[in-house]
Amino acid sequence: MADTTSPRASSSVTRTPTSLTQGSTTKGGIGESTLRPDGILKVTGEFAYSSDLWHEDMLWGYTLRSTVAHAEIRSIDTSEALATSGVYAVLTYDDLPTEVKNYGLEIQDTPVLAHGKVRHHGEPVALVAADHPETARRAAAKIRIEYADLPVVTDEASATAPDAILVHEGRDDHHSGHVPHPNIVHRQPIVRGDADAAAARADVVVRGEYVFGMQDQAFLGPESGLAVPGEDGGVDLYVATQWLHSDLRQIAPVLGLPEKKVRMTLSGVGGAFGGREDLSMQIHACLLALRTGKPVKIVYNRFESFFGHVHRHPAKLWYEHGATRDGKLTHVKCRIVLDGGAYASASPAVVGNAASLSIGPYVVEDVAIEALALYTNNPPCGAMRGFGAVQACFAYEAQMDKVAAELGLDPVEFRQRNAMEQGTVMPTGQPVDSPAPVAELLRRVKSRPLPPERQWEVAGGAADVRALPGGLSNTTHGEGVVRGVGYAVGIKNVGFSEGFDDYSTARVRMEVINGEAVATVHTAMAEVGQGGVTVHAQIARTELGVTQVTIHPADTQVGSAGSTSASRQTYMTGGAVRNTCEAVREKVLEIGRRKFGTYHPAWATAELLLEGGKVVTDGGEALAGIAEVLEDEAVDLELEFRHRPTQAFDLRTGQGNGHVQYSFAAHRAVVEVDTELGLVKVVELACAQDVGKALNPLSVVGQIQGGTTQGLGVAVMEEIVVDPVTAKVRNPSFTDYLIPTILDTPTIPVDVLELADEHAPYGLRGIGEAPTLSSTPAVLAAIRNATGLELNKTPIRPEHLTGS
Amino acid sequence: MEFLRPASWEEALAAKAEHPSAVPIAGGTDVMVEINFDHRRPEHLLDLNRIAELQEWEVAGDTVRLGASVPYTKIMEHLRAELPGLALASHTVASPQIRNRGGVGGNLGTASPAGDAHPALLAGGGEVEAVSVRGTRLIPIDDFYKGVKRNALEPDELIRAVHLKKATGPQQFSKVGTRNAMVIAVCAFGLALHPDARTVRTGIGSAAPTPIRATTAEEFLAAALDEAGLWESRGVLPPAVARQFADLVSGAANPIDDVRGTASYRRHALGVMARRTLGWTWEQYRGTEQDELDDRSKPCA
Repeated sequence: MADTTSPRASSSVTRTPTSLTQGSTTKGGIGESTLRPDGILKVTGEFAYSSDLWHEDMLWGYTLRSTVAHAEIRSIDTSEALATSGVYAVLTYDDLPTEVKNYGLEIQDTPVLAHGKVRHHGEPVALVAADHPETARRAAAKIRIEYADLPVVTDEASATAPDAILVHEGRDDHHSGHVPHPNIVHRQPIVRGDADAAAARADVVVRGEYVFGMQDQAFLGPESGLAVPGEDGGVDLYVATQWLHSDLRQIAPVLGLPEKKVRMTLSGVGGAFGGREDLSMQIHACLLALRTGKPVKIVYNRFESFFGHVHRHPAKLWYEHGATRDGKLTHVKCRIVLDGGAYASASPAVVGNAASLSIGPYVVEDVAIEALALYTNNPPCGAMRGFGAVQACFAYEAQMDKVAAELGLDPVEFRQRNAMEQGTVMPTGQPVDSPAPVAELLRRVKSRPLPPERQWEVAGGAADVRALPGGLSNTTHGEGVVRGVGYAVGIKNVGFSEGFDDYSTARVRMEVINGEAVATVHTAMAEVGQGGVTVHAQIARTELGVTQVTIHPADTQVGSAGSTSASRQTYMTGGAVRNTCEAVREKVLEIGRRKFGTYHPAWATAELLLEGGKVVTDGGEALAGIAEVLEDEAVDLELEFRHRPTQAFDLRTGQGNGHVQYSFAAHRAVVEVDTELGLVKVVELACAQDVGKALNPLSVVGQIQGGTTQGLGVAVMEEIVVDPVTAKVRNPSFTDYLIPTILDTPTIPVDVLELADEHAPYGLRGIGEAPTLSSTPAVLAAIRNATGLELNKTPIRPEHLTGS
Repeated sequence: MEFLRPASWEEALAAKAEHPSAVPIAGGTDVMVEINFDHRRPEHLLDLNRIAELQEWEVAGDTVRLGASVPYTKIMEHLRAELPGLALASHTVASPQIRNRGGVGGNLGTASPAGDAHPALLAGGGEVEAVSVRGTRLIPIDDFYKGVKRNALEPDELIRAVHLKKATGPQQFSKVGTRNAMVIAVCAFGLALHPDARTVRTGIGSAAPTPIRATTAEEFLAAALDEAGLWESRGVLPPAVARQFADLVSGAANPIDDVRGTASYRRHALGVMARRTLGWTWEQYRGTEQDELDDRSKPCA
């Protein structure tokens, strides 16, 4: 049944939208804002998240984590913990069952449990399973660990000093051969043209140094899951994750089990934003379950969650832009140093993105680019929405404003003069071969009317403090408040890049139940809130002409769907669903031709569609009901779908067709700044984005507004503060790691363009990340506009604006 | 941990006498955070939620007796005229859900310098009704805060209520946080004019080991208002007086650098808040006859 070859894939990938897909009369198809099945449940608090999992007989797992950032472990004494009543197991590194004791997305450098050394604050050292979470926690507190402190490396200078202590000794990963220092995970230069020669032509040269803080994904549902030991010696794992099969690939070898004996099912996911790409409690819960023979649940609380997943790389960025008097960029030189923290996670791919997208959506012939990620003893950093492109966008957009100011040009006009378009060649040498409406997006946000001045004034001259900086904290009634307006635009890649074999699998079954043709869609796609389950049903309705579509729970009983990241799922697993639906449709039509072909010549001659439960000709004539065709036969296919292949970037020149597709968004930010107190109110954050094709317009707007807000957060408040001396996290809680509330969230008018990418299913463009890029620099630009300050660091803090 | 659930105030006092280390819990918005984060594990929790009178308030003569567990939401809804400064402060407490649970008794019991109610209580003036099986005493608010998260309660005492002076003049409260809602104060300032007594009182939050008053600033301002006859004339406040007041408030603080803000920013922000709140209260005083004050000290939201 599981036909994993994909004979139709190549033709369907490049097919442009047709009447078959765009003109469907089946209700609830693509292009409609059908409502998500989990929406009301989530809003009313009834949705079952992975933290709600329960088993009658289960134990609670607890993870003991390092209290220091870098130290040798001299000894671990678990005897007292093991002797605690109610404790079933205490595990350390020595209890790991196989020779595979590390895991990692790309480089397997992360110990399942620390061995001889801890490399960052909060690293897992020991596990406890007990009959009550409190018992487990108390028992863990009785584990005695003797640490001998090691010096910490925390930044580029300390990491690459000649006598720097190595975070990982004896590296033999595939990047270790080409990096200039073992504390550099990966380095990617890009050289195109001759930046030095071009600099000589520049009338103005602008340089800047920028600092981007460490952002947390701050998803609502902390890491959690339930591992149930199976009678066959295997394990069933119910978990919230972003990519079931990637987890499986890393879990099974550590457990010493074949992959088919580790059965994973996606549980309710409370957001991800990249923070669930790496493993957290998965292996730990399985180890405890297999050791105790009992189901084991692990749930992190918010404090632990800050240590339980990677964060967005903090970065230092140096840029030089040159331009001629007539407003044309001559060259860009840049150097981007990302802090990857103690383990590699997604750092190499983040480096590739930061480098290849480092100059933004502009035409620049001559560039000299370098991006690298460090190993340090800071918290590990990896995937987060925007993935290396966010940090770069913050810096290059600040530079674009500076150059425009230097030239006396309007910042939007200057950007438009240099905006890329279809056909522009990227610094990597890759031509942009689908629409790139950068200038148009900027035009759209700029042409929008501005919100009224002094919008906080209400009748009688009083002030509505909610509309002012400080809000209900009542810090100003208008005193010191200055408005600022700023613009930014960004470019993000869609899908996995640099030669990765990126595919998705979909199984689609069509059958007749109670006289009605229905479809079941089974994928391993992690629904993390992006709305994929809604879109899959829409695609199946469109392609198969049915009303009833059942979305099977996501698990590893079907092939991989790839990661719910890189803005790729609607493109990739959506594409896989469409691809499989088309093959199912062909089978249905084959059956129809076999049964009814002799009754009507159109069966042989016309293009046939499935619409409204019937087989119809493209002329609209109904030939038979789908139920009549199928009777008690079921069509059931599982197919893989791939986007067109990409290439690795050359390690010296950075040249290569590395990306699948690009996504563009532009923002205009309008802020009110209390210049005396340094408080900011973002009044409006307008966005224009090209989405190729909006399969579900409501979801598209939701994604854009969410991404915009996440970008606002890191502009004005979000930062994990790491002590530069101890490398310990200072604010691991929502008390001191602030994310925007609804009172911080501005009006976000959204302008959606649909310029089809002919290479993509339905012409769609991945949309989830692009709005997170330009939101931050637009807010920063608006604050600069209001205050006249240079502001080279994000997030902005009040003292940066008051100088005190 | 033992969970004590007294059915009456007398039972609660007896329990506290028997278990002086018992931690009282009402809304739980502070205590439960501490417990969830394992910052403390008291032997006994003393649940005060069955004691209805702690949720009540009465307005008599020139004072409000505010039960320790009256939630901030009720203060905002019902006591805006009597306690305008505290009502404004209540607006800034956490989220609507927390404001439905938390009350002033909790802020006083915890005695964190960052408690939002403190600057308003100090500025408004009042007394804490501390009760034990030994009897009742009224602790002036000025004497209540003893150190970082330490207060003047004896181990066997519980907070029954606070006795707060009804406002006789305009009051304001202002708080700096790095987000526009649901934020712990970087620093906060409360100001109350007391035209009846020709005095001014202030409260500073999150800028010293305890909530404090800026007494030098208060005395300077009261004297300046007196000397110029401004209480009677309701004339324009000289900008130099406002500036001097702001500087003195700023100087009264003793802040630290921490993850929420720098010491120098806190001093600066307190000066700005002092100048602005003085401007708002004074303009309100100028534009208002005495009997109108009750209605006018509302926030605009």
